[in-house]
Amino acid sequence: MTQKGNSAKNPAGTGPPQASITRRAFLKRMGLLGGGIIVYGALGDVAALARAPREGYIGAGVPIDFNAFLRIGADSRVTCFVGKIEMGQGPITSFAQMAAEALDVSYESVDMVMGDTGRCPWDAGTWGSLSTRFYGIFVKEAAAEAKGVLKALAAERLLCPMSRLSTKNGIVFDRDRPMSRVSYGELTRGNIIERHLETLPPPKPTSEYTISGKPYLRRDAMDKVTGRAKFTADMRLPGMRYARILRPPAHGARRIRVDTSGAEQMKDVQVLREGDMVAVLHPDPDGAAAALERISADYDVPDTGINDETIFQHLLEHAPAPAVASEAGSLDSGESSSQSIIEETYLNSYVAHAPMEPHAALAAVEDGKAKIWASTQTPFGVQQQVAQALGLPAEKVRIIAPFVGGGFGGKSASAQAVEAALLARRAGSPVMVVWTREEEFFFDTFRPAAVVKIRSGLNGAGRISLWDYQVYFAGKRGCENFYDIPHHREAVYGEWRIAPGIHPFAVGPWRAPAANTNVFARDLHMNIMAAKAGIDPLAFRLHHLSDDRMRGVLEAAARQFGWTPAKTPSGRGYGISCGIDAETYVAAMAEVAVDRKSGGIEVKRVVCAQDMGEVVNPQGATLQMEGCITMGLGYALSEEVHFRNGRLLDVNFDTYAIPRFSSLPAIETVIVPNPSIGPKGGGEPAIVCMGGVLATAVYDATGAVVRQLPMTPERVKEALKQAG
Amino acid sequence: MTQTIQFTLNGSPVSIDVDEERTLLWVLRDDLSLTGAKFGCGEGLCGACTILLDGEAVPSCQLTAGYAAGKKITTIEGLEQDGRLHTVQKAFIKYDALQCGFCTPGMILRAVALLSANPEPSSDQILSAMDGNLCRCGAHVRIIQAVQTASEAMKGGRS
Repeated sequence: MTQKGNSAKNPAGTGPPQASITRRAFLKRMGLLGGGIIVYGALGDVAALARAPREGYIGAGVPIDFNAFLRIGADSRVTCFVGKIEMGQGPITSFAQMAAEALDVSYESVDMVMGDTGRCPWDAGTWGSLSTRFYGIFVKEAAAEAKGVLKALAAERLLCPMSRLSTKNGIVFDRDRPMSRVSYGELTRGNIIERHLETLPPPKPTSEYTISGKPYLRRDAMDKVTGRAKFTADMRLPGMRYARILRPPAHGARRIRVDTSGAEQMKDVQVLREGDMVAVLHPDPDGAAAALERISADYDVPDTGINDETIFQHLLEHAPAPAVASEAGSLDSGESSSQSIIEETYLNSYVAHAPMEPHAALAAVEDGKAKIWASTQTPFGVQQQVAQALGLPAEKVRIIAPFVGGGFGGKSASAQAVEAALLARRAGSPVMVVWTREEEFFFDTFRPAAVVKIRSGLNGAGRISLWDYQVYFAGKRGCENFYDIPHHREAVYGEWRIAPGIHPFAVGPWRAPAANTNVFARDLHMNIMAAKAGIDPLAFRLHHLSDDRMRGVLEAAARQFGWTPAKTPSGRGYGISCGIDAETYVAAMAEVAVDRKSGGIEVKRVVCAQDMGEVVNPQGATLQMEGCITMGLGYALSEEVHFRNGRLLDVNFDTYAIPRFSSLPAIETVIVPNPSIGPKGGGEPAIVCMGGVLATAVYDATGAVVRQLPMTPERVKEALKQAG
Repeated sequence: MTQTIQFTLNGSPVSIDVDEERTLLWVLRDDLSLTGAKFGCGEGLCGACTILLDGEAVPSCQLTAGYAAGKKITTIEGLEQDGRLHTVQKAFIKYDALQCGFCTPGMILRAVALLSANPEPSSDQILSAMDGNLCRCGAHVRIIQAVQTASEAMKGGRS
């Protein structure tokens, strides 16, 4: 995706695909070995410079040459290349801010190019609230080094010692003789600068920031309000045809017969078989849909006996050995020092990503090369998958992610790109695959159903003496203990990733994977314990907290909310939840009203406070908090995937109920300033509290403990009955 | 069956030869190159394909091309007048009333239809009018602010 800093144009990129992330390959890719390159002195060893660690999957493959991230045109405009994609979380704005700030150029002079494997530096994928937190540091370092090199070039050009040079607004100038100046564009003349620094300059102090840390509106808004923003399904190629693919009626179904003769007789229809895949192509989507209807097939659908009610027992029976996420003391000592023991089990159902844009891909395969536009969070991963599927070297495959219409983890997997590539090769013409909403649900990598068992103890002083926590198949993230508890153990039985024989369909990362489940279970249980101890649930948490950041967000939320202490259930319907996600600390408070007759929950107000370290774009960060809160209403109250024997019963928005305008509470957000620790995650943290804050609010309103998410009216009524 | 269908599209007359049974959404997107209306659900349940048909917000995935004959259609591409954004578009920018942007054209057209029919809607009327348009990113609070602001601006004769 390409975005000009001050124009609405969104041209498709050009250039050969990226072979690998080696320096030589990078230069070659830019067509710059031999000509067009400015070589000032010897090619330095770019690897020798001390840089932010590029560890593990996050950064191991990210190039270190600043030229991979930045290009300064002869007109001094800066193009910033990042391997991330824009799916709504706003990195297109915050990356431009970070680059502009570190380079000392205006925000408006930065153009962004994102998610194009042919032009952008490698990245593992856009997920985990990592863009600003990690990739942003790479961008800032690249900009800082580029600025240092520009100053060195200017010193030679202006015959002035480096120490007298300053930079501002894309200009290097001599502080003693301000008329002695040269622009970045005059220095680079649009070429790559093959020169590097011996040491990185110290990072610019945040106190000198004029762009980063200031609120900026979305830079893609103009394109998006006019319809000019291009998503994958909006791309067009000459001769392109739409594909529809024959799908099984259920997961685990085996096809025993297929008859394509009806479709083959239709005008303009091409029937293709590619391995097990049977597909039809037609110049327009209606024609492809009509052709698919003329294909008949029979399937064996196994009776697994697994459905959305039996799944929890199935999960417990198939749990692998646990991994211990955190522990202290001994559970036996905790047990013996406890006066009362509280044991509970919490459940959450499968939840869909349901982005508004279904998975789409447009593929052109010819002359041993593939070019594919795809709605994906992982363009570089898709490049490998397509290369493997087509038997091509990766450098012959270019993936371009235009604007992505929502991902939330669900577009980490992008099977549609491989489908389109295989069909395009077979057909000999460009092929567009756009999943129907039914396919989008069927092939979603759902947030897994999960079970959490907590066995906890209170001592005679009302303090937590035991915390034995077991989570099944949600995963580890967010379960680690941060309270002052002498004897605790967090055991994780299975992660959120696909595990053969466990889930009846694919599962995967769903916005803040695992954390939503873990925080819900922990906070509802904390409130049950606080009630048992006869203490206000906020005070109960603070009594067990010495972590200043967690105390800070809880106190900030309480101030904004106007929390006053009361024992649960107070009848007021006040909820509380807090957690750590993506290194960000977050606390939420909510007010609900429960209709005892219908079991309906009205969420009146949600307050959320977040300490996310340094905030690059406070406006964007606030948007993410609001979005997380709104989206989180769904998994807490209404979203649940029903299924029977691998057959999905919810395949569209008539029965799969995502939050709507009419379910909107008042939303208030507070950012707790903490710039000294650098930027932490922003795209996910605020969603992790939504299950917990609403479950504790329902408990406070009624005394009823709803132990399963989503808290549907039926479950609320059942819990009310149990509570008496 | 292929027919010549004439209608007014974004203020200009168009005449196309097209199978009248084809889905209007695809005709707009593929035959007329207007990709602002999006395919989201195919059942009229999400509002991503919303267009204005004689001023009324309707899901174009539920209409045939033949149904458009003789009607006035406005898509998101037709809201700008002489290079100037519609008040609702400006308000969406001002309030950052979008994230991924996929639902945005439908949201804006739904709001335009509401404000045309009811220039001073109450908060409840806005919620109710917008309720059929889904947004997964959670831009709802800002969309409401944008629609309210646009309503006030249009009332005051500003645009």
